[in-house]
Parts: sequence; structure tokens; C-alpha cells
Amino acid sequence: MKLREVIEVLKAEVINADNLDLEIVTACGSDMMSDALAFVKDQAMLLTGLVNPQTIRTAEMLDIHCIVFVRGKMPGADMIELAKDRDIALLSTGYRMFTACGRLYAAGLGGGCDEN
Amino acid sequence: MTPITKRYEVSGDDFTHAGEASGKVKTLLKQIGYHPDAIRRIAIAMYEGEINMVIHANGGFANVDIYPDRVEILLEDTGPGIEDVDKAMEEGYSTAPDEVRALGFGAGMGLPNIKKYTDDMRIESAVGVGTKVYMTIKGQ
Repeated sequence: MKLREVIEVLKAEVINADNLDLEIVTACGSDMMSDALAFVKDQAMLLTGLVNPQTIRTAEMLDIHCIVFVRGKMPGADMIELAKDRDIALLSTGYRMFTACGRLYAAGLGGGCDEN
Repeated sequence: MTPITKRYEVSGDDFTHAGEASGKVKTLLKQIGYHPDAIRRIAIAMYEGEINMVIHANGGFANVDIYPDRVEILLEDTGPGIEDVDKAMEEGYSTAPDEVRALGFGAGMGLPNIKKYTDDMRIESAVGVGTKVYMTIKGQ
């Protein structure tokens, strides 16, 4: 699924994104960064309600190219700068975590696990 | 063979900057064309260690030796030490305060994650003295 489709499915606001053709292969949803660090695989997108610079750092370590903030949360200017520097796209959606994940899953985006 | 050696100070004052050293190591490894799978494992393991130093030990130092076939990392702090290392290695066990959980960490996954992503990991800790976490990640 391309980033532009993610934006459409989540009715998301684009905070920072250079390449709307970015291919998103899997996604995961978590507010706990250690869980993300334990389980996330390559080429993933992170959906989270956690808004602090460690969200960006976690994405950096995991080679995550896009973060979606759920529940309408918006990152601060320092986080946006950090994400731009690391080439990480940022979106914000008004949907809650469950609904945001469900909409993406229904649209064909998997979780990257064996059971998908 | 002489390794590429780096030493970083990890500030314990500000959680915002935790992960900077790991980010620098990741960037360096990419620049020198290190094995991509190893880069990811090194970055995650070191990042978890860095977070631990900030949460529990008021910072410390990260020493990184990069060899063609492996990366050796030593994280050392002069924090309170770990009372029961075996317990600390258990998934879900954490002594982190609630405010750390609000920041997305403190789920008791840090040390287990380091073990998961490294080929070798060893902890030396003495209560009241500090902690040393040794990790080795193979380059292939």
C-alpha cells in the first residue's frame, strides 16, 4: 500500500512527507516503544498515541519510514525536525488506535507476522 | 585487526536525547557499508541499553568497537547497580518509575530485547557501584 492510500484510508493530516509513493509493506500499533523494538519487522509503519522524541528515535532504529499519530495527536516542532532529519514521514489521524488499525487491515495492509 | 573505536557520553539529564549515541553509530555503520541486518540489531540493542542508562543510572558511557566481522559494545555506568540480574533479564520485570512508562518504556523488555538482538551479552553489576553491559553482534 502506498503512503497516499494510507492517508486516504485514515483521513490523515500530513505533517511531514516527501514521498507519497512510499511503499508501506506492514504496520504495527503500539504505545510501548519496547514492544515495537521487540516485534516490528522491516519496512513497517508505526501507529502510536505516544508523542515524544523517543517515538522518532525508535522508528529510526527500526528503519520505520512512517509514523501515524492516532487520536488526533500532534508532535511538537522538535519531533518534526528530528523526523525530517531522519527522513521519516509523519501523519496524524483523528481515528483511535483500534479503528485506525482496523481500517488499514481491512484495506489490505498486514501486520507482518506469520498469522498476519 | 584494529577496530574503529568510538566512545560516547550518554547524558542522564534529559530523556529527550536518549538514543543519540545509537543513532550516530547507526549512521556510521551505514556510511562504512556494514552488513544491513547487523546494523539494525546493533542499533536496537544499543538503543535499549542507552535508554536503560538514562532511566536507571543517570547516564554513562558507550564504548563501541567495530570489527569487520563483529561489533562489540560496552555500556558502563556508575548508577545504583542491579540487585538481581537474573530477575532483570525476565520479560516484563521492571523497576522503572511510572513516568518512564508514560514515555513508552519501562515494560521490562529492555534487557530481554538486548539479549534477543545480540549474539552474546554479559552483565556485570554491583549494587552501589554501577553496571557494565557487554554485547557482541556478529557482522554477517
